[in-house]
Amino acid sequence: MQKRLVIIGNGMAGARAAEEILKRAPEMFKIVMFGAEPYGNYNRILLSNVLNQSQRPEEIFLNPLTWYRENGIFLYSGVKAVRIDTALRCVVGYPLPAEVNAYDFCDGLFDREAVVTEPYDHIIIATGSRPFVPPIEGQNLPGVFLFRTIDDCRRIGEFAAGCRKAVVIGGGLLGLEAARGLLTHNVEVTVVEAGGQLMHAQLDEESGQMLKRTMEAMGISVVVNSRTKRIRHDDGKITGLEFQDETSVEADMVIISAGIRPITEVAQVSGITVNKGIVCDDRMRTNVPEVFALGECVEHRGKMYGLVDPIWEQARVLADIVTGTDPQARYEGSKTATKLKVMGVDLVSVGVKEAEKPSDETVVYREPKRNIYKKVIIRDEKIHGAILLGDTGSADTLLQMFKTGQDVPANRPELFFGTVEGPALVNAADLPDHAQICNCNGVCKKEIVAAIQNDHCRSVSAVGARTKAGKGCGSCRGMIAQIIESCLGKVSYDAAEHYYVPGIPLEKSQLVAQVRAKNLKSVSAVFAAFAGGKEDADSKVGLASLLKTLWPGEYEDERDARFINDRVHANIQRDGTFSVVPRIYGGVTTPDELMRIAGVAVKYQVKMVKITGGQRIDLLGVQKPVLPLIWKELGMPSGHAYTKAFRTCKSCVGTDFCRYGLGDSIKLAQTIERRFQGVESPHKMKLATAGCPRNCSEAYVKDIGAVAIGEDKWEIYIGGAAGGTVRKGDLLCTARGHEETVRVIGRFMQYYREHAKYMERTYGFVGRVGIDVLKSVLIEDSLGICARLDARIQEAVEAYRDPWREAQEPAYEHQFAGPKRISLAEG
Amino acid sequence: MDKKTFVNLGRVDQIALGHGRCFVVGGEEIAVFRLRDGKLAAVENRCPHRQGPLSEGLLGSGKVVCPLHGHKFDLASGEGMEKGECVRTFEVREQDGEIILDFSAGG
Ligand SMILES: Cc1cc2nc3c(=O)[nH]c(=O)nc-3n(C[C@H](O)[C@H](O)[C@H](O)COP(=O)(O)OP(=O)(O)OC[C@H]3O[C@@H](n4cnc5c(N)ncnc54)[C@H](O)[C@@H]3O)c2cc1C
Ligand code: SF4
Ligand code: FES
Repeated sequence: MQKRLVIIGNGMAGARAAEEILKRAPEMFKIVMFGAEPYGNYNRILLSNVLNQSQRPEEIFLNPLTWYRENGIFLYSGVKAVRIDTALRCVVGYPLPAEVNAYDFCDGLFDREAVVTEPYDHIIIATGSRPFVPPIEGQNLPGVFLFRTIDDCRRIGEFAAGCRKAVVIGGGLLGLEAARGLLTHNVEVTVVEAGGQLMHAQLDEESGQMLKRTMEAMGISVVVNSRTKRIRHDDGKITGLEFQDETSVEADMVIISAGIRPITEVAQVSGITVNKGIVCDDRMRTNVPEVFALGECVEHRGKMYGLVDPIWEQARVLADIVTGTDPQARYEGSKTATKLKVMGVDLVSVGVKEAEKPSDETVVYREPKRNIYKKVIIRDEKIHGAILLGDTGSADTLLQMFKTGQDVPANRPELFFGTVEGPALVNAADLPDHAQICNCNGVCKKEIVAAIQNDHCRSVSAVGARTKAGKGCGSCRGMIAQIIESCLGKVSYDAAEHYYVPGIPLEKSQLVAQVRAKNLKSVSAVFAAFAGGKEDADSKVGLASLLKTLWPGEYEDERDARFINDRVHANIQRDGTFSVVPRIYGGVTTPDELMRIAGVAVKYQVKMVKITGGQRIDLLGVQKPVLPLIWKELGMPSGHAYTKAFRTCKSCVGTDFCRYGLGDSIKLAQTIERRFQGVESPHKMKLATAGCPRNCSEAYVKDIGAVAIGEDKWEIYIGGAAGGTVRKGDLLCTARGHEETVRVIGRFMQYYREHAKYMERTYGFVGRVGIDVLKSVLIEDSLGICARLDARIQEAVEAYRDPWREAQEPAYEHQFAGPKRISLAEG
Repeated sequence: MDKKTFVNLGRVDQIALGHGRCFVVGGEEIAVFRLRDGKLAAVENRCPHRQGPLSEGLLGSGKVVCPLHGHKFDLASGEGMEKGECVRTFEVREQDGEIILDFSAGG
């Protein structure tokens, strides 16, 4: 008969233990899990990426709810286990009320009627830890957050939207990652540390100070030696922090990140020995027979860990023991490494941070100007500790030497710089099979080799897709490449990464050449020629855009290859309604236009009227069937606010009114917008003109910007950005007069249209190709293609037709049809 | 119990070839697609991710792509490409130029 296994805690340790057990003995246990968080297991270390908005919450799930179902695991999600009844041999739990955090102490809050009891033969406790909150007055105010769960990230993001200044209390690893994440929410961030330096646990004083400078250079203020006394507020609204020494800082939100404490209540009330954490032996057993524990809640040989790496090893041992696969398995502690996951800061720390014995040897390399610091502490010819800041190139090597206990080279500089000639110090090929390569996801060399040899993975990304290796912090990707190389002789790069669209195995220039040679003028013709007629939905839109660029006026438009926005010439919104943005050339409108806009807004009960960042007016919340009615009544052309094309050209008031104006920026913007409206491109193009270098219209950070410098001269900047990425454009040339300015702009546009990858903004394109190359091709005409580019863009301009004219004559039947109601009685 | 409920949704040509359209049948939103090869397919209209209208999605290789965030669903099985996501499917066929939907699964 199957034995009953109850796992308390559905985090990284609990779910990993279940996976390891299923690997060894899929039928042995009936597994039931209690998870206080209402989700499947996710990769907690990637919460830093969720907070800094480089990953969406749904991207970090390791075990979605279907995984539990498929593996026959019953998951009580959102249910907290509170007690193990060792006499009745069952686990008792309650559903967690929605308003409390998974990690809160919440004994009195349960609905006692809703009790859950689950019998067991074995138990695994994997309750993890909770953030530690020091005694600070005001810690329960709205606007004070902790940083541990997906829910925390969501709440922080929502609250930050209404804030200007945020303070993070705690200058450790998580505090710094939180601070960096907050920056992306457009708040000013200050990190407040009680001690004298940042990351006290991992860094010595010198590197701590250097890290402070590095963080400050990123725009994060750092205050050290400041113990927070209270969070000040005005009628419940946070106004700032007050320190023990009476000084203060302003703030309107606070994240407390002052360390973690193991969650041990369940163990404690059930008679399981708890010291600092739940005490375990080398077999991951507690003092109560049949109750095991692992993860952050555990104390093993007097040590506690706050990293995932030890969990992988613990889970393997635990699974070996509980399934009886290897009764001799023992966990003997882990040697850990810490990596700071802050973009723009390279920092790795392993082992101790200072020499501890007189015989310990310290080797240091400093380069203060570039904020580089490297230190290794050697004991008995082995690495005992290391800090790498500013340049972590040798981290892989040092980490493997540290873990495997390999002797360090006699020539010490090789530690930092590798050997001058000859093979690398540590070669992945020489590592033993069980050496762990990816510490974030606990993947050993053996599994990677199996993926390469049995599953034919040839690239780093293919290995990652198969084994999860390299998909956490990414620092092991170099090692993975080495292993592939040692197995296969060379590393492949996924060719697919370079395809213009996923469904056609051709890179852009090959595709263009083939399309021209074969005279392919429609999306379905391309599928027929290169994909055996198999129509790939993900490729359609990119192909349509390319074909339209290649065959202006001749392209056979198949409307079902267009994204919905381009079928109905409006931008789909999250609720399925659309937005209407009429064209307002150069941001200059008239009272008459405004009255028409107001008229339709009232008549069709538009949900919101919004002035956009591109100096236009947006009518939001419009149902599809109403779109053509609005366009007809507006009598204005489409502003193309929905498509990958020329969008707008903003302008400042320039010479017309501004007392600083050096050039007629309004007239130029209007000329540009009239000329290039609707010209399609690999991604959107937003332009601006400024009447002088004061740049009121932000022309320096536009895809293309023209800035007047006097005497009718215009500087043309390309590849600027001021969205998720911020980049100042590169100066392409200085043009004389509007006509020449417009010509150069058009030439660049055409080159971008022909050469950029689909969905590549100009900032990526210009950065990739390089401004010097662009200058030589577009200004000096080094390839002799300028005349052709000018002619091609002219054709595109002439092919323009206002899409909103389809209000009068729809392109196809039912183009704007809404949902059709069918009453069942008729059927 | 096994009684089938067929509903006539009207002429096939109210859906442009290669496109989808939303029908509200007895209060339930259903996306019906007319594929390029002339076949019909039907799934529940609301994407399980954030309720995007699948009837407005792009089609290809027997799949529909949600217009909001690009999640994909197989039109035959309803299975999503994202782990744990799927949509309900309905039998649908053309008869004398009209769309006949088997609504019993939903009714
Ligand atoms: C923002 C952030 C960044 C991090 N970055 C890194 C990093 O870069 N590298 C690294 O190695 N580590 C990192 N860590 C630490 C790492 O996430 C933890 O070491 C790891 O998650 C611990 O796993 P665990 O399963 O023990 O605990 P958890 O992942 O916390 O899982 C425990 C789960 O059990 C639940 N639970 C608790 N009590 C009960 C109960 N009584 N009943 C039911 N459920 C219960 C909890 O709600 C939780 O869901 C980071 C942590 C955070 C928060
Ligand atoms: S950019 Fe120069 S000309 Fe234009 S509004 Fe600003 S100050 Fe005036
Ligand atoms: S709503 Fe469908 S993908 Fe987000």
